[in-house]
Amino acid sequence: MGDLGWIFISALLINNFVLAYFLGLCPFLGVSGKLETSFRLGMATVFVMVITALCAWILNTYVLIYAPYLRLISFIVVIASVVQFIEMVIKKLSPALFRSLGIFLPLITTNCAILGLAIFATNKGYGLWEGLVYALGAGLGFTLAIVLMAGLREETELSEVPVLVKGIAFNLIISGILSMAFMGFAGLFSSS
Amino acid sequence: MAKSQQQAYDEFIKGVWRENPVFVQVLGMCPMLAVTNSAINGIAMGLATFFVLVCSSFFVSLLKSFIPKQVRISCFIIIIATFVTVVDYTLLALVPKVHKELGAFIPLIVANCLILGRQEAFASKNTIPMAMLDAVGMASGFLLALVSLGGIREILGEGKLLGFSLFGPNFEPWVIMILPPGGFITLGLMLLFFNWVEERKKKLDAQLAAAEGGAD
Repeated sequence: MGDLGWIFISALLINNFVLAYFLGLCPFLGVSGKLETSFRLGMATVFVMVITALCAWILNTYVLIYAPYLRLISFIVVIASVVQFIEMVIKKLSPALFRSLGIFLPLITTNCAILGLAIFATNKGYGLWEGLVYALGAGLGFTLAIVLMAGLREETELSEVPVLVKGIAFNLIISGILSMAFMGFAGLFSSS
Repeated sequence: MAKSQQQAYDEFIKGVWRENPVFVQVLGMCPMLAVTNSAINGIAMGLATFFVLVCSSFFVSLLKSFIPKQVRISCFIIIIATFVTVVDYTLLALVPKVHKELGAFIPLIVANCLILGRQEAFASKNTIPMAMLDAVGMASGFLLALVSLGGIREILGEGKLLGFSLFGPNFEPWVIMILPPGGFITLGLMLLFFNWVEERKKKLDAQLAAAEGGAD
């Protein structure tokens, strides 16, 4: 398997952004109530991530070599504008989706998974294609995690859970078990 | 005078306990879970967040009448990002070892929803002293949560606290606790504990009220 494939699988499963790096936990815990909504949020995140990777590469190559201390500020401004743009597009194209995503769409800006992606890609010294593949893998990994979580939450909705555990504590413990399962993927590449 | 002092005390203490950002509001989870595999990392992260939150609350509160309402979020984020850059470079210069350990999670303080949330909900609407008190309270609450989570995970996962061995050589560490799943599960159990305390308090209050009602 080529380098790009490795980067993709690694971002998707082994170093899953949510379950191994704890990035993007707010939407992961907040929007994972319904399968449908969480899938859409995941797709929106994939889109923002790919654009972010592109912007980060352009910034890194042409601007930030002259002023590395502006890295954080320029990343966040670019990400915020991209999200603003997507918000306008979604509002125009699908008002129903806009309503169902609610407050979490603008909050993609403060979704650390997005900023984390830009920073990790920079720290690892990825080029354009590697960055894009990494973004795709990370975004799909986020979607996978949030969809799994939403499915589990829908299943447990009707089961009898003690009142005290219900809510966020319960979700965290489920995520812990999910994260344990994902640790199994770490063995995927060690033998080759 | 006494009343304003009381109010100031309230603003401070609510962040530490009653509205604790982590245990009650469940904000700022990402840095919270990612760096708390030991108490010392928790302290470093907590102090960095403390500095950023207090400084940006001061500036947001100072500039609140100049910031146009439509672009306020972007303005807040730029202010926050500036201070995070300051912290990032300061840590790199003073304690490179800690900086390396925390890695990419220092820049990620920008994306901590706790900080932005306080600017939007409090600092942009209140006077400078109040905003500072609120920021100090919230940041202390966050620090407290980070240290306790980091401490618990370090004790269980390595049998140490702040690097000192606690149980001697025969202790079999639960490695899972310092790995990602341990973070989720520990925080879940801590939230559970908080729920339990709250619930108990409510029940006691109800009983007390009922008893008083009976006496009348």
